[in-house]
Amino acid sequence: MNTSPADSGILADKHQLNFSKEQIMDPSTADSGMLDQRRLDIVRKQRFQDFIFHKLTLSFSLIVLVSLIGLLVSLAMVAWPTFNKFGIEFIWRVEWDIINEEFGAAIAIFGTLASATIAILIAMPLSFGIALFLTETCPTWLRRPLGTAIELLAAVPSIIYGMFGLFIFAPLFAQYGQPALQSTLGQMPLIGPLFGGAMNGIGILAAGLILAFMILPFIAAVMRDVFEIVPSILRESAYGVGCTTWEVVRHIVLPYTQQGVIGGVMLGLGRALGETMAVTFVIGNSQRISASLFSPGSSIASTLANEFGEAADFHLSTLFALGLLLFVITFVVLAFAKILIIRTERAKGLRT
Amino acid sequence: MDQNLYRRRVFINRIGITLSMLAMAMGLFVLLWILSVLFINGFKALDFNMFFQSTPAPGTEGGGLANAIVGSLMLVGLSTLVSTPIGILAGVYLAEYGDTSWTAEITRFMTDIMLSAPSIVLGLFVYAILVAQVQHFSGWAGTIALSLIAIPVVLRTTENMLRLVPGSLREAAFALGAPRWKVATMVTLRAAKSGVVTGVLLALARISGETAPLLFTALNNQFFSLNMNGPMSNLPVVIFQFALSPYDNWVRLAWGGALLITLTVLVLNVLARVFFREKITS
Repeated sequence: MNTSPADSGILADKHQLNFSKEQIMDPSTADSGMLDQRRLDIVRKQRFQDFIFHKLTLSFSLIVLVSLIGLLVSLAMVAWPTFNKFGIEFIWRVEWDIINEEFGAAIAIFGTLASATIAILIAMPLSFGIALFLTETCPTWLRRPLGTAIELLAAVPSIIYGMFGLFIFAPLFAQYGQPALQSTLGQMPLIGPLFGGAMNGIGILAAGLILAFMILPFIAAVMRDVFEIVPSILRESAYGVGCTTWEVVRHIVLPYTQQGVIGGVMLGLGRALGETMAVTFVIGNSQRISASLFSPGSSIASTLANEFGEAADFHLSTLFALGLLLFVITFVVLAFAKILIIRTERAKGLRT
Repeated sequence: MDQNLYRRRVFINRIGITLSMLAMAMGLFVLLWILSVLFINGFKALDFNMFFQSTPAPGTEGGGLANAIVGSLMLVGLSTLVSTPIGILAGVYLAEYGDTSWTAEITRFMTDIMLSAPSIVLGLFVYAILVAQVQHFSGWAGTIALSLIAIPVVLRTTENMLRLVPGSLREAAFALGAPRWKVATMVTLRAAKSGVVTGVLLALARISGETAPLLFTALNNQFFSLNMNGPMSNLPVVIFQFALSPYDNWVRLAWGGALLITLTVLVLNVLARVFFREKITS
């Protein structure tokens, strides 16, 4: 009588089955054969409807699966000529010459990783501070409005961050931020060259800064959520033996939520890697690698957005290869983040 | 000695708390800064013509965003129509049958990945399977790309909300002999209605500001067009192109469009929150 193995374990299903059977078998209700037949028909009809319902909802959830697999396959197919020509070397070739059709992904990958790393380095401590404030020190009546404000920051479309970065942030950054950085960090040994060169506001560093503010609310929201699952008895015991707020967070909350926090950061990293609009506006879009973070560069996403319109044939294929690489990179990061977050929640009994 | 240790701990604590407050202040400052810049520049650009004239040709004066606004509304509206049923039904599957089947487990994982996957890659995908095959950009391609972004949002919210419905409600319905599909559609889905609406609103908010996938699918159209089979003008791509252009009136229009989009997204987010709060208090 079972429709699929997926059903068999569900208790409620058996209840329903037993109920119908008893009804039919019961001699007091089944006084006439006609009634018996009608009841059987109804049960059969409902079984059939349930079967349809199960398959229908299943097929819709399969659409999601199939589209993801289709995505990988179709990207790989269009990107094939590129990998066929350059081989796996494509990933670390430092070249982007459209006219001579000499392509390599290294420049774009460097820009993507550099800007995302800067963004994470800045956003991580800031969002930790915000999550700490929202869960520990913030007065209760302020928690909701402030939390909402941070979530609204996450809702602002990325193209707005891009415009803001290009028109407002970059000029200010060129006038005040970059000279300040050059005269301080730029004078230090080792990291000095990172802050040298022309100061025109846009570049990899500017892209990283704008990205930092974009992913800040995502990370802060995840951190706040995992901080909140720390059992209050742990927290209160720590306060009870005389810990300061900082000590509670540092020695109780953080160790307890470690994996979730890392997961949140990785989630932010995934966003930063794949972000297109905010980066395209401020990264400068030049296909070269230079030592200075002030100099313009390009990320995978910005290269796609900029060159796709004019691309044809082989050039197009290389862009798809870049897209495939981007997808693989973010997939790995996101999958890792997801597993870490699930583990935290499972360990704390929120998920079974 | 003890006094010193105590002082040091209090000092470290003060520093930590002060830094966290500074971080919070910085977050709020950035939000206010971005919004104020947007409102100042956006409202300067808003005028009557913006809603009734099409995007101007290079070098000409005036012009508006009428074609882009209508195009955006059509794309986002159609995507919502496509993604809502798919997302809800798939979400029902995950919530109703998802505990035991491995397809559900994988789908859930993949959906979470798709939720944060780079949207530009989804644009590439639709380009490869549709635009490259029919050899022209189209509104339909844009609709599909946006739907792919919206479905995971609707799906996950629906599933989470269905799981919040008390088990007793479900069991009571089963005890009355209701078939599974009736329990799912008439009991649990109804109980979780406001939560599902929240999901749809959040998906709407998400796709309204999405730019990258539209670059490869709907592209842009300088003229007013209702033809979903041809390139379709839409606000995000117009903003992208106009903001990077050398013409003053184009940049002005870009700010106006940016304001429209942000207002829409923020209003949708606030609406979603209101719906969700009703759900919690009721």
